[in-house]
Amino acid sequence: MTTMTDPPQASFKLSMLLNDTRYRSYTFQFIALILLIAAIAYLGSNLAQNLREAGLNISYGFLGEPSNYDINQRLIEYDSRSSHWRAAVVGVLNTLLVAFLACVTATIIGVIAGVLRLSNNWLVRKLMAGYVEAFRNVPVLIWILIIYTVMTAVMPSPRDFRGDDADASMVLGSFAFTNRGVYTPKPLLEPMGWVVVGIFIASIIGMFAYRRYATKLLYDTGKLLPMGWPSLAILFVPAILSFFVLGRPISLEYPELGGFNFQGGIQVLGSLIALWFALAIYTGAFIAENVRAGIQAVSKGQTEAAAALGLRPRRIMNLVILPQALRIIIPPLISNYLNITKNSSLAIAVGYMDITGTLGGITLNQTGRAIEAVLLLMLFYLVISLSISAVMNVYNNAVRLKER
Amino acid sequence: MNKTVFLGALTVAGLSAGAAAAATLDDVKARGSLNCGVTTGLVGFAAPDANGEWDGFDVGVCRAVAAAVLGDPTAVEFVPTTGKTRFTALASGEIDMLARNTTWTFSRDVDLKFEFTGINYYDGQGFMVPKDLGVSSAKELDGATVCIQTGTTTELNLADFFRSNNMSYEPVPIETNAEAQQNYLAGACDVYTTDASGLAATRAAFEDPSAHVILPEIVSKEPLGPLVRHGDNEWGDVVRWTLNALVAAEEYGVTSANIADMAAEPTDSPEINRLLGTEGNLGEMLGLDADWAMRAIAAGGNYGELFEKNIGENTPVGLARGLNAQWTDGGLMYAPPFR
Amino acid sequence: MSDMHQHSVAYVRETMLPEAPPPAREQGIIKWMRENLFANVPNSILTIASIVVIYYILAASLPWLLNGIWNAESIRDCREILQGAAGGCFAVLTERWNQLLFGFQYPDDQYWRPLIAFLLLFVAIAPVMFFKYIPSQFLLFTALYPFLAYWLIWGGLILAPIVALVGFVVGYFVWGRLVQRSFATGFFGAVAAAVIVWWIGGLITAGMDPEQAMLVPVASRDMGGFMLNLILGTVCVSLSIPIGIALALGRQSSMPIIKWICVVFIEFIRGVPLITLLFVANVVLAYFFPPGTNFDLIIRVIIMITAFASAYIAEVIRGGLAALPTGQYEAADSLGLDYAQAMRLIILPQALKISIPGIVNVAVGLFKDTTLVSVISMFDLVGMIRGPILASTEWNGVYWELFGFAALLFFVVCYGISQYSQWLERELTTDHK
Repeated sequence: MTTMTDPPQASFKLSMLLNDTRYRSYTFQFIALILLIAAIAYLGSNLAQNLREAGLNISYGFLGEPSNYDINQRLIEYDSRSSHWRAAVVGVLNTLLVAFLACVTATIIGVIAGVLRLSNNWLVRKLMAGYVEAFRNVPVLIWILIIYTVMTAVMPSPRDFRGDDADASMVLGSFAFTNRGVYTPKPLLEPMGWVVVGIFIASIIGMFAYRRYATKLLYDTGKLLPMGWPSLAILFVPAILSFFVLGRPISLEYPELGGFNFQGGIQVLGSLIALWFALAIYTGAFIAENVRAGIQAVSKGQTEAAAALGLRPRRIMNLVILPQALRIIIPPLISNYLNITKNSSLAIAVGYMDITGTLGGITLNQTGRAIEAVLLLMLFYLVISLSISAVMNVYNNAVRLKER
Repeated sequence: MNKTVFLGALTVAGLSAGAAAAATLDDVKARGSLNCGVTTGLVGFAAPDANGEWDGFDVGVCRAVAAAVLGDPTAVEFVPTTGKTRFTALASGEIDMLARNTTWTFSRDVDLKFEFTGINYYDGQGFMVPKDLGVSSAKELDGATVCIQTGTTTELNLADFFRSNNMSYEPVPIETNAEAQQNYLAGACDVYTTDASGLAATRAAFEDPSAHVILPEIVSKEPLGPLVRHGDNEWGDVVRWTLNALVAAEEYGVTSANIADMAAEPTDSPEINRLLGTEGNLGEMLGLDADWAMRAIAAGGNYGELFEKNIGENTPVGLARGLNAQWTDGGLMYAPPFR
Repeated sequence: MSDMHQHSVAYVRETMLPEAPPPAREQGIIKWMRENLFANVPNSILTIASIVVIYYILAASLPWLLNGIWNAESIRDCREILQGAAGGCFAVLTERWNQLLFGFQYPDDQYWRPLIAFLLLFVAIAPVMFFKYIPSQFLLFTALYPFLAYWLIWGGLILAPIVALVGFVVGYFVWGRLVQRSFATGFFGAVAAAVIVWWIGGLITAGMDPEQAMLVPVASRDMGGFMLNLILGTVCVSLSIPIGIALALGRQSSMPIIKWICVVFIEFIRGVPLITLLFVANVVLAYFFPPGTNFDLIIRVIIMITAFASAYIAEVIRGGLAALPTGQYEAADSLGLDYAQAMRLIILPQALKISIPGIVNVAVGLFKDTTLVSVISMFDLVGMIRGPILASTEWNGVYWELFGFAALLFFVVCYGISQYSQWLERELTTDHK
């Protein structure tokens, strides 16, 4: 016991390990370490013994085997001959896709609802309060199931689009809302089409450069350049011009009814939509509360002071309130993004093939490699979470009030 | 104090935790009840009724084993398992046997270390489509959307079938039969595929079963049977021979109606006598008493009676005996001799 | 000038005019509407849009609610009665009421037991929730409640919970004796005493005949329905608060090894979704128990959810600890208090008070997350709906009524708790201002 902590002085007594605060912390840490090692060893030996008794082993060899199952939403090439590993990658991409879509949508919904909750319109305020309370206080799983039920049980099936007096018809002749998902037109790019896309991306960069320049000019010289119309012009005019000059190299492929389903176009699966919207609306309610709290946290004195300086209301919002409110809003916003990513694992309830559905679902079932699959699954989510937390820490450090 | 709360709660909780592994037969006897894994609900095979009583064909096997071992067909704890949880539940000793229409495959037997104790239903994977779709063969399903229950051999067979016929399809994986049903009925998929028996059972629960047809193609062999853990042969024998006793009883004409008379005194047939324990000591060899098989058969009837009562042609499920008839009637049900 | 005025004006009013009522558009409901609904053009558009939204929601839901059928045998009966009119088939709720609340395996002549346990729950948590208004003597009942509730819900020998209780009581007295010497001595002495009592008690109960139980024992796996959600929610939250406090203190600790153990645990748990932890409970955890033991699924799930909740509660409490002014720590040190005393008497009471709203939020979130157990084939409220009820021939196709009911139940509970949390926040902040 004493071997760990070398007695530095001759007068060292054993009882000092407990009673002397200088050494006590070593004693405690030593005990904690021993307990931890003992616990790990105990669990590990149990695991080894259980596995030996069941005649199983731990091996990740199954990842290289053909998966033998199909996945309905593949962002990369995949078929039933691909390996379990590739199936897991397909799942990862599907997770990231739904998480990204839900984050963007939740932010939009949340900001709108949060701002409207502070509106001076009584009815809107109450309506938004109703939305926030209804969604915050009901489990997200129930919302996912409800929206999934809407998607599968209420929407018309492709069959209903058939015939002359069909029960359902396509919206604008190009969007089909069915219980298998939503079919939208798909842009087809000829080689020249990429040029148009390139020009559009360049315009976006150009627009930001212009805005930056205008701001700098304003701060340096006080000269005010118009912002709104020039930005829009930079954004759209070159792209539209090049589109027509190059002879319309981008066309749309419309979904058409053929065989059992709609063919062509982009199919957005019902399970994806259910998950996407349920997560977005649910998390949007939380974001709305954050936004409201953030705006309210900026003291009224700030608004009044800005008004006293002669700033116009919009500038008060942009230059005084928002920068301060964002400092409060963004950290919980990012942790809400984290929650979306983690909650997207509920995909398993609606059959969306995210990582939990492929690696933690079918692969686990077919290979019976429960420990390996669950470990890998946890590792993936851990990596995602830690990277998002890292981003959050960087941001927090950047916006922290510089004290003294 | 804080930690003691947690430890205390664990200790209290631990009082209810029992022991398993190794000698399952002794554990079951000591516990006084059989833990039997079943599906979360498939009409005809295993489903709780409105009173919460489990009922069905697989349930009948569990009850027969409980009657043989414990003398009480109601001494069964039914543990509902999904496709994902069933094997872990069995491997970890949470359940003593799994009777959850599980397909006997090489890798489950050898790699996952389980022991299939026989086959209580010869099945194959089929397809169900709405009648108004006008499809009469599975070969016409190119491009269809197919609902599958995940965690089964079904999705593998499906992938193989469509691949070998060079057809495309869109799988809709679904966790439970209830949701698959909901999706299929709403038209979110054109086809529902699972074991043909499961299809019949599902169709039986529909409002208008006649509006749906089960396609003639059977794309796989699905021998379904109860299974136990590897390495406990005594327990495996009990389950295997209980199942065989049910099958043999039908062959010899022993039914739940006449079993009391037959067991009362030795009959002319030595085979029946050995089965019912009026002759020989088969029960003793199993580690049970002499009239174990009598109780197992009396619990829910012989194999044929169980079949007719739960999934036979006069039930909503309406399955024909087909491959599951006795070998004497041209089926595959063939119990090894009781001697 | 003033003279002129005096003479040129024939009459000067000498009394004030009576106050006239404000113009019609500046009073009463019209003024309120002008200010709150139609202040300007965008505002009016918003108002009209909101009215349209509300109209659509009501138009869709009101007939469905009012025409609802409460008495029918199956969904086909409902459709027959409704004859195509809009209306809900609420008969499923009345017919499956007990299954929704208690699951399908809890013995039906014993429903009164969880019911009493549920009602007593309010009595038990009232002294904690309204600690300002209810004398602290009532906390004694709160302390007794877990044992009482365990006995009521699980049944069996009353001796088991009594032994557990006696263990705690003995532990408490030993702690009270030894704590003057040092916190550690008291703590470990209490643990040792309690373990000894449980061990002896275990021997006694093992020798008893389980047939003599006053209440029929009910196995854990027979729990189901909303009851299961409530059990998981209350048990896991109450277990995770002490663990969360320990983790938070560990994370704040100056001892690097203890700090890192806590950090790794907290960050790991917070980094993975609850569902993967439930998978662990379901398919992996059994491999980590000693060979031959076997815990019920519900206990494995409780272990994992508790671990999950304690990591989140630890973070909330850490926030509370960090929010305390450094002066409080320094003041405690300057009084000569050791670490355990300082924490117990100075820091934690204040930190916990700040953290209560956060803890309540975690509790609400956790309670909602208990529905996830339906994914691992446990029959909680959502599991009952998705499994046995929707799969049954009678009720195949009744989605809205069932999910609406589930949503309503959760809404009532969670909204109630969050209103309480807001009330508490107001209560607690008054003395700072």
